[in-house]
Amino acid sequence: MNARILLFFLLVLIGLALLSVTMGRYDFSPVSSVTQLLRHFGWLSGNIDPMMTTIMLDVRLPRVIAAILIGAALAVSGTAFQAMFMNPLVSPGILGVLSGSAFGASLGILWFDSLWMMQLFSFLFGMAAVLVTLLLASNQTRNNLTLLVLGGMISGALFSALLSIVKYVADPYDKLPAIVYWLMGSLANVQDNLLIFVAPFILFGIILMALQGHTLNLLSLGEDEAKTLGVSVETKRFHIIILATFLAAITVSLGGMIGWVGLVIPHVARLLLGADNRLLLPASALLGGIYLLMVDNLARLMLSIEIPLGILTALIGLPVFAWALRNVNKGWSNT
Amino acid sequence: MAVSLNKRINHIHATSLGAHHDGQMVFEQLDLLLKQGEITALLGPNGCGKTTLLRTLLGLHPKSAGKVMFGNHHEQQLSPKEKAQIISYVPQYHRLAFGYPVIEMVLMGSMATQPSWQRASKAQREEAESLLETLNIAHLKNKPYTELSGGQRQLVLIARALAQNTPFIFMDEPTNGLDFGNQIKLLEKIGELGRRRHGILMTTHHPSHALQMADRALVMKQGKLIQDGHPQQILDAETLCDLYQLTAAQLPKMS
Repeated sequence: MNARILLFFLLVLIGLALLSVTMGRYDFSPVSSVTQLLRHFGWLSGNIDPMMTTIMLDVRLPRVIAAILIGAALAVSGTAFQAMFMNPLVSPGILGVLSGSAFGASLGILWFDSLWMMQLFSFLFGMAAVLVTLLLASNQTRNNLTLLVLGGMISGALFSALLSIVKYVADPYDKLPAIVYWLMGSLANVQDNLLIFVAPFILFGIILMALQGHTLNLLSLGEDEAKTLGVSVETKRFHIIILATFLAAITVSLGGMIGWVGLVIPHVARLLLGADNRLLLPASALLGGIYLLMVDNLARLMLSIEIPLGILTALIGLPVFAWALRNVNKGWSNT
Repeated sequence: MAVSLNKRINHIHATSLGAHHDGQMVFEQLDLLLKQGEITALLGPNGCGKTTLLRTLLGLHPKSAGKVMFGNHHEQQLSPKEKAQIISYVPQYHRLAFGYPVIEMVLMGSMATQPSWQRASKAQREEAESLLETLNIAHLKNKPYTELSGGQRQLVLIARALAQNTPFIFMDEPTNGLDFGNQIKLLEKIGELGRRRHGILMTTHHPSHALQMADRALVMKQGKLIQDGHPQQILDAETLCDLYQLTAAQLPKMS
């Protein structure tokens, strides 16, 4: 039953990915696209149209893969944090990772002209922001989770302030628009040489997190129960924080700030499938991939100009979230 | 890790145990020996340190002095997984954010000592179902835990503790929030567990509960164990009046 649901989501994702590769400014029919691809890989004989395969494989495919991986990474990291913090309203940014990454990216834009440096800065400052949170929360005598949330608020506010400074001093004709546009989120700048390098890490991180379902179920019962049920709570929490932070930071460095996916998708998955994280984590990953791929298709196809992704994920995610709140009794409740 | 660890452990021994809370001493120089097959009720007024004692023995609250031995094992040398083979814990009635199905809640007990990627075996599933049957909640098997009443939740947590299959079970006010009928039924179940050779330590606010099913009562006051013995012998009117600051006239008749 569970395996079948996951297989169904996976097939939908693959189908949607194939469809997305055929859609764009140059509109190819799905049939001719598939035959072209089969010919390209030598599975079918016939004439190859090099422009068509180049557009599909070199231009669109990296973007499709990036959308899937970013959506899956955000959804999995949100699901894991919600279980760990025993609270369904938590999103991946709770420990400050997104603020840190945004600051890093803006600093990268301010100081360098290199996309690589900007992405590296974004990733490093995302990790750094969470380290600040962990340091602020490293107090042995009190409830660790509350301290973590408060530490995350401080660290997030700090890096938001630093981001404002960067915006304030940035050149308003050149650098500032670049920063603002980056923060709205977009996959238009995903380069395939970077993607080939980071994709295996993201995929590995997602799979590693998806395997933590049982541990996250236990952690979501609270510290006392998790401990007496055999979990080394501090160690496991640390592992999950590092993994979720890694996944979230890498999404910002690839595509800027893409909000709401990490909050909305876990809710939808929980409404559909229940609270058990062993099923929920892989399901969230697949649904997150499907969702962000659909939204990114809208972003690049709906108007003649690109719509920033973060705007769409909010505009589409919010009504979905509002709908999910009306159905809160399934999967989670606060009564 | 020895899978047969729990077979050898038939006593828990705390010596000169002390604990603090927010810098204040809760108890100190406390000695306690718990044996398998014995139902011990821990009584005392609010704030006397009952729950802290329970949590300190479980390793959930840091101790400030003394040591706890599980059989021949020093408590500090055991990992959470190893401790989970020795004591299971029934927390007070509580709220959860996520409603896992009842059967999965119980299986969390069965799987406490396994690697986290392992799935529950068919035998574990059958055992969990039979535990639900024993506690008369088999019909709730697939219901989300968050949709249960307080009493039903308590029974699920007890089923989980039993599925953990430990020589000792600690319960923090297990009858709290239950109606009169469920209190009596739950106490009967706890009595049965004692006869099944589990060692049980439970805190309670009701001397009558201790009289009904405990083999031993511990009376705690201001961080000290002031009485230790058979409930019928030590829980007399004088002790209770002193313990809860009552006059003899205020004391209800206990059956």
